[in-house]
Amino acid sequence: MIPIVINIVYFMLSVALLLAFIRLTRGPSLPDRVVALELIASIVVGYVGVHAIDTGVSSLLDVAIVIALTAFLAAIGFARFLERGGRRND
Amino acid sequence: MIDLVVAICLIAGASFMLLAAVGIVRLPDLPTRMHASTKAGAMGAMFTMAGVAFYFTDSVVSARALAIVVFILITSPVAAHVIGRAGYFMGTSLWDGTVKDELRENYDPETHKLSSGYEGSPESVTPPPESDPPDDR
Repeated sequence: MIPIVINIVYFMLSVALLLAFIRLTRGPSLPDRVVALELIASIVVGYVGVHAIDTGVSSLLDVAIVIALTAFLAAIGFARFLERGGRRND
Repeated sequence: MIDLVVAICLIAGASFMLLAAVGIVRLPDLPTRMHASTKAGAMGAMFTMAGVAFYFTDSVVSARALAIVVFILITSPVAAHVIGRAGYFMGTSLWDGTVKDELRENYDPETHKLSSGYEGSPESVTPPPESDPPDDR
């Protein structure tokens, strides 16, 4: 049962990544792209968790921790950059 | 039995993240997109981590999954707040159907000063500060 569910979940997460990537490329303003990037990081955290179940390697959770940390720092950095005056109409 | 719990957690997490992605594509402006992506995305990641914790049934792995969940729970609202604030100050246009934007009337984006909206009304006239009572000692 678990392998079937894992395949379904991989497919759903791939579709979610694709949709978030559409918003990343189309986003009319820079904050839209930042929001899409943060959602992509969140999806990748879920991907890594599912992959840890798939392979049985629990050390992959450290990767998830690092991805979540860097996504948070990237969001904070982008927001500071925007408030200090980046490109207004990207 | 534990497989069923793991399957439900994984499917729920993937469904939340898929809904977040659909929302981020379909919704019309920045705050509504953030409304879809930040909450549902964090919830999906947390459900997935719950599934990982149930699958391995090891205290070390469960502690690590719990650490990820707590970390997401702390950082996701902070990041969403900061991005929303920056996006609002950049002057991104809101959706045409926006019903209410009280911040636009009362907030000065140059000086970052927030007024209450009641400055001109009689209720806002504050009485002058009373002089200090005489010291009886």
